[in-house]
Amino acid sequence: MTTPTPNIDQKNKTPTSDVTKKSAKNNNDDTGKQFTFALAGNANVGKSVIFNQLTGSNQIIGNWPGKTVDRAEGLLFFEGYNIKVIDLPGIYSFSTFSMEEIVSRDYVALEHPNAVINVVDASVLERNLFFTLQLLEMNAPLVLVLNQVDIAKNKGIIIDKDHLSKLLGVPVVFATATRGEGIYEAVKEAVNLATNKPKSNLLRYRKDLEEQISKLQNLIEKENLNLGYPSRWVAIKLLEGDTEIAKMVNEKSPSVIAQSRFIAAEFEKHCQEKCFTIIASERYALSNSIVVSSLQQDEIWHPFTDKLDWFSTHRIFGYITAFAVIGGLLLWTFFIGNTLSNFISQGLNYINPINPLLSTSAPFLSIILNGVWGGFEAGLTLIIPFVIPFYLLLAFIEDSGLLTRVAFMMDSAMHKIGLHGKALIPIILGYGCSVPAIHSCKIMETRRERLLAAFAITFAPCSARTIVLFGMVGLFVGIHWALLLYVVNLAIIFAMGKIAMKAVPGKSTGLIMEMSSFKRPSLKIALKQTWTRTKSIIYLVFPIYIIGSALIQLLYFYDILTPISNAFYPITVIWLGLPAFAGILLLLGAVRKELIILGATAILGTTNLLVGFTSIQLVIMALVAMLYIPCVSTMATLGKEFGWKTATLISIANICTALIIGGIAFQTLNFFV
Amino acid sequence: MVLCDNMQKSAQDYLKTIYSLSKNEEGIVNTTDISQKLDVTPASVTEMLKKLSEEGYIKYSPYHGSTLTEKGLKEAQKVTRKHRLLESFLSNVLRIGNDKVHQEACQMEHTLSDEAEESLCRLLNHPDTCPDDGKTIPACDLPFSNCEECVQLHKKGLEQVGKRDKNLVSIKDLKNGTYGKISFIRGEHKVLQRLLDMGLTPGTQIQVIKVAPLDGPVEISVRSSKLAIGQNIACNVFVEITN
Repeated sequence: MTTPTPNIDQKNKTPTSDVTKKSAKNNNDDTGKQFTFALAGNANVGKSVIFNQLTGSNQIIGNWPGKTVDRAEGLLFFEGYNIKVIDLPGIYSFSTFSMEEIVSRDYVALEHPNAVINVVDASVLERNLFFTLQLLEMNAPLVLVLNQVDIAKNKGIIIDKDHLSKLLGVPVVFATATRGEGIYEAVKEAVNLATNKPKSNLLRYRKDLEEQISKLQNLIEKENLNLGYPSRWVAIKLLEGDTEIAKMVNEKSPSVIAQSRFIAAEFEKHCQEKCFTIIASERYALSNSIVVSSLQQDEIWHPFTDKLDWFSTHRIFGYITAFAVIGGLLLWTFFIGNTLSNFISQGLNYINPINPLLSTSAPFLSIILNGVWGGFEAGLTLIIPFVIPFYLLLAFIEDSGLLTRVAFMMDSAMHKIGLHGKALIPIILGYGCSVPAIHSCKIMETRRERLLAAFAITFAPCSARTIVLFGMVGLFVGIHWALLLYVVNLAIIFAMGKIAMKAVPGKSTGLIMEMSSFKRPSLKIALKQTWTRTKSIIYLVFPIYIIGSALIQLLYFYDILTPISNAFYPITVIWLGLPAFAGILLLLGAVRKELIILGATAILGTTNLLVGFTSIQLVIMALVAMLYIPCVSTMATLGKEFGWKTATLISIANICTALIIGGIAFQTLNFFV
Repeated sequence: MVLCDNMQKSAQDYLKTIYSLSKNEEGIVNTTDISQKLDVTPASVTEMLKKLSEEGYIKYSPYHGSTLTEKGLKEAQKVTRKHRLLESFLSNVLRIGNDKVHQEACQMEHTLSDEAEESLCRLLNHPDTCPDDGKTIPACDLPFSNCEECVQLHKKGLEQVGKRDKNLVSIKDLKNGTYGKISFIRGEHKVLQRLLDMGLTPGTQIQVIKVAPLDGPVEISVRSSKLAIGQNIACNVFVEITN
């Protein structure tokens, strides 16, 4: 066993730095003590902030076995203990409606973590305790972390920590995770829990319900089912009519199921209510009574955030805010992106003095320089300058609570394409790069919604497409034409979304979204979020850029591209009215869209594209380039998230759309201009 | 639009019209609008309104307009519910064109019994909106807090089950600032469970903060948290107004 090294944010001057000192002192006597802690809680309570504070860079992000749910795991060295920390997905309940819920409850019940750190939002205590009670039903060894106590205090909420702890029978810790406060105490309590294993209180629901639960519990215990889950919890789940648990019990003992159905039916008849509503109501009643006796609420007037709230959801100003937010985000990206991109390309030109056109004499060198280096360079000049500023500002907008309001205002528009307000986030992300955008479709509840959102994203003008649009049309035809194409693109996203909504079977679910209050965004969280999103691009897109560019260079060198491109003659030249070499450009663009411009420059031997294209051809070329196929990186992401069949279908749909719209546009423009 | 023209305008039609013309639970409807919608002369509308007012179905003031009383709302919701359920049945089951279902439903709604109404609702799997104009079907008057209770317990017979005495209003039809008590959530198990998990258990006090324009979501305050609920779910969440 290696000597444990403390790793809680050493630069942090907040109480967490105590962890460092204390653990450094006694890291010799307790080596090798292993614990596993799980972080559990609702979405948006600051769980991942705590996870990051605890594990720093020692994180492994993967999937839960056989599931498409993200699994985040990290290591913490604390006072001589090796602690594995699992960040469970943010959920509101342990029903079996989402993969996230199943993964979480199976983990807590079956893997028996040494402690479960339940992070709750102190200002929405009642709703959060609903989940805490369910953790207690599973006999989870619990530490309750009341996070964002600063915000709660701001809202006039004062919580009696000790009283709450006594009522629940679990240790309670105050925390402000963004400042690192309370995290040391939370881990300390969790370690204490893991070593001493104190017994927690058994919280009881109303009498007649408890009677049914214990009746069923006795039955389960008598049958000795060995399910791995606590018997009282199984009893509650059977009463609730949980299909997963019922299936599991039925395999071992059908008679228990039969009797549980009977007990449930009798009880329902008696109460004139369904068991699952009774149980949900009881959990909330208990949670409410706990909150009432341990929380004091003073009315505090917040003139600024209340005004902001009123303004950003107003029937007129709300739309103005929404458009200003989205428009401002895009403008900022183009402005900062362009400046940075020029700056970086100039720097790189300095390093790379070899003329990219001198390729015939030294094929290998050309493949390396123009392909590999070119791909790397493209990544640097595209992703870093455009995508990072975009995601950074987006993270601020998200963290402040403003994006929730925009989603609120845009919900009815999103419904027109079978989605709801929450889908706005992945679609806006798509304006940066499709890869993290498609990845973020996970926030949608159903596969159908994820698919519809991802499909819309494949048409969204990502930064590479924007470069093609402005580099071809904006520069040589006129900026108003470029803007017009941008609008046309929006219309196409909308139309295709609508068609897809009709084509994909299933019903649209609706929006249920928490309207978290406005708060001052944190730079640290924004940076972390930006990095998470950019990371997926760097890991996936950079290699594809590099390999793809080298491959294309190889094909180009051995003159394999021209025959393929000639085969496209009827489409490119006759139907779309483009020059013959457009076929090559479209092949190049499948790897990365901005290669279309670079390729055209290389083939024409000049940066003036008007040498090889007419204005109409430039417009058509840009239009087709925007739509015709998701780039290879996007296809890879689609394949990973939805399977290869779906990825292929989406690509075919894109190609058809591009051909139809491009052809119609060519005929129309030819006719009028 | 002409409403149910080839038959005598009954009191129910007037109540139904006032109900559909009022934007929210306190909506005042003026006489001209009623006369236009029913295609009846203003004079006969005034006469009928006076009669309805005498019987306690509406509050009527000559130059101001009419509003439904609790008694009137109950009657109006009942007939509107029958009308819209019938439209759904005619369209979804009998495949009659959406342009014709309105007329047909107008004639059938007055003779449909309460028992047939509830059977229709179950047969159609508790529809929430009618097919021709997407308007919300009012909640039933049975004392259940969700449709699953209805499916299970209706077997006792309607007489045994009893009736709900308060009128329910969907949260999407409430004015900003209105308080209500969650009484009934319509629809499939999954949505119901999600709403329960978010704290919308039967009897919970909520407040409508804001309804977004263009059929956007409804923002409510529940258990000291704020939730945005999309129209298509909000139209299935019914409350008793408790202002």
